[in-house]
Amino acid sequence: MPRTRLNVDTPLEFLSILTEDGLVDRDLEPDVSEELLMKLYRFMILGRRFDEKMLQLQRQGRIGTFAPIKGQEASQLGAVAALEPRDWMVPCFRETAAQLWRGTSMESILLYFGGYDEGGRIADGQRDLPVAIPVASQLLHAVGLAWAAKYRGTDEVALTFFGDGATSEGDFHEALNFAAVYQTPTVFVCQNNQWAISIPRSKQTRSRTLAQKALAYEMPGIQVDGNDVLAVYTAAKEAVDRARSGGGPTLVECVTYRMAMHTTADDPSRYRSEEEVLAWARKDPIMRFEKYLTDKGLLSAEKTEEIASAVDASIQEAVRRYEALTQSLGDPLQMFDHHFEELPPTLREQKEELRRLLSAEKEEAPHA
Amino acid sequence: MPKMTMVQALNLALRQEMEKDDRVVVLGEDVGVDGGVFRVTEGLIDRFGPDRVLDTPLAESAIVGMSIGMAVYGLRPVCEIQFSGFTYLNFHQIECHASRLRHRSQGRFTVPMVLRTPYGGGVRALEHHSESREAFYAHMPGLKMVIPSGPRNARALLVSAIRDPDPVIFFEPKAVYRAFREEVPEEEETLPIGHSVVVREGRHVTLITYGAMVRPTMEAAERLSRENGIEAEVVDLLTLAPLDDTLIAASAKKTGRVVVVHEAPRSYGPGAEITARLVEKAFYFLEAPVRRVTGYDLIMPLFAREQAYLPNAGRIVRAVKETLEAAA
Repeated sequence: MPRTRLNVDTPLEFLSILTEDGLVDRDLEPDVSEELLMKLYRFMILGRRFDEKMLQLQRQGRIGTFAPIKGQEASQLGAVAALEPRDWMVPCFRETAAQLWRGTSMESILLYFGGYDEGGRIADGQRDLPVAIPVASQLLHAVGLAWAAKYRGTDEVALTFFGDGATSEGDFHEALNFAAVYQTPTVFVCQNNQWAISIPRSKQTRSRTLAQKALAYEMPGIQVDGNDVLAVYTAAKEAVDRARSGGGPTLVECVTYRMAMHTTADDPSRYRSEEEVLAWARKDPIMRFEKYLTDKGLLSAEKTEEIASAVDASIQEAVRRYEALTQSLGDPLQMFDHHFEELPPTLREQKEELRRLLSAEKEEAPHA
Repeated sequence: MPKMTMVQALNLALRQEMEKDDRVVVLGEDVGVDGGVFRVTEGLIDRFGPDRVLDTPLAESAIVGMSIGMAVYGLRPVCEIQFSGFTYLNFHQIECHASRLRHRSQGRFTVPMVLRTPYGGGVRALEHHSESREAFYAHMPGLKMVIPSGPRNARALLVSAIRDPDPVIFFEPKAVYRAFREEVPEEEETLPIGHSVVVREGRHVTLITYGAMVRPTMEAAERLSRENGIEAEVVDLLTLAPLDDTLIAASAKKTGRVVVVHEAPRSYGPGAEITARLVEKAFYFLEAPVRRVTGYDLIMPLFAREQAYLPNAGRIVRAVKETLEAAA
């Protein structure tokens, strides 16, 4: 038998709508209401400035370690803007902007990174999973949620975020495979921010794109300029619409850049150059979107100023609420809550033991 | 009452719960058309269709991770991992998410799923198919760990596990799957998780065990009674976590002497925790050191030597005699 060519259909697109200079491709410009455009802008500013505030709070010891999002605002917000409230959002740990968009309060985020488990509580009715730290593990939950939504005959979609490093994990491949086999309404959004702590994208995989990994699972994949909020929104909307109408899962690779450190415990100067960071600063997602909105007549210098000061005031108020909350969340015995629906006898005994120890320690503590 | 094997009894539990509650779905490798490699899920796909009985691709982490998502949504997934020796591929999903999501979300989300998996030796199987590693899961906060010992309690406990609001790891003693039959009522029967039972009353010594080791332990107790006039009380734990230490301490206080029996390796095994609890709760009643009859701290040998590795009735009898001979 001859050796023949197998025609594996591998279409793969790259999508960019706004250039680095904020010039729009009129043919590709999505039909988006001014209201949504302005909401996206406000949340990009909020995401950026809240992130900066968190970094400051961390440096002052007022919150603990966290993963900054600077530079990834468009990737996150463009994606969640395509969701409805009834859809599910399954984050990893660098999705502050997406969480805020979905309704998580700033003080919840501060509480979580401030070391209070209460910060993990998702508001009733909000269909977001809490932060998932083990890389790629949460993708499977998005497959299960989407499978269940389909089983129940709803049109709900589950969208999950992860990074370029996650694509090397087994759970990434298992999740894509299961989603494709069961045609679940799952949207996989890879924020390819070029760095997995110190490992550059080039060392993560030999694949030319991450989007092409979808093709092995017979799933549509698309690569977009992740700093172009219009491109991310367009690709995510197509993926969400396809999932909602029974077309199964999609992998969206957002090419973006982690402008800050991996987490506040990391020092990127050990492994990457300042020139590289500066080159990406010129591709900033907010700058180009501002230019676009200004050209559209939706934004002016005064309006920009007005939005920034309103955002700053809301952040300041949230920090105040967070610090007030921590005053009322002093009970260490709270750690026994939410392990089981009903605390088993062994844990009741351990809780009682800690209660006695804490009160003994309090009595023995030297009085100030 | 019909007499059933454990396989048939587990099948009955799954079938009846699926009939009662459309939130219950079954997923795993070969659980559909093939009915599971041990046939526990036999016939379910014919009755409930491929939308509720999922023959999954071969990926344990995905089976469990997907189950977690289903459970968070509000379903009651019962997943099967073909052998407990393959649960390490999904260990991460259990430790990092199934056991934690209730806590991480501070009660907003729960993971009412069951992970069923056969464990233990004695069936002349390949490497990775005979181990007894329940301690891994019993050690993990946020999980319940259940191990039935016979057809009737297996059925009742599986029903309870499916209805439990928290994740349950359900180890099935594969050596017992078809070893004997018991009467299992057609009508609903449950057993409370977290409660152990005294399966034989006695006054001289307490034997604490679970799973496949209940049978050799009972055989030892009968021999001791018949041949030596020693009346052993036998406790079948049924649940390893949370451990019913009230019951084991009460029995230890009554008899003053305890032998713990399990297949799992000795160090840091369930017997270590049981012994520690007895020291904490019944120390002044103990008249002899607690004795452990267990598997060794070894890689489980291949089947030619597995009977030499596994505890048996003769070893339990010897351990009991030595415990009774120990100075008071």
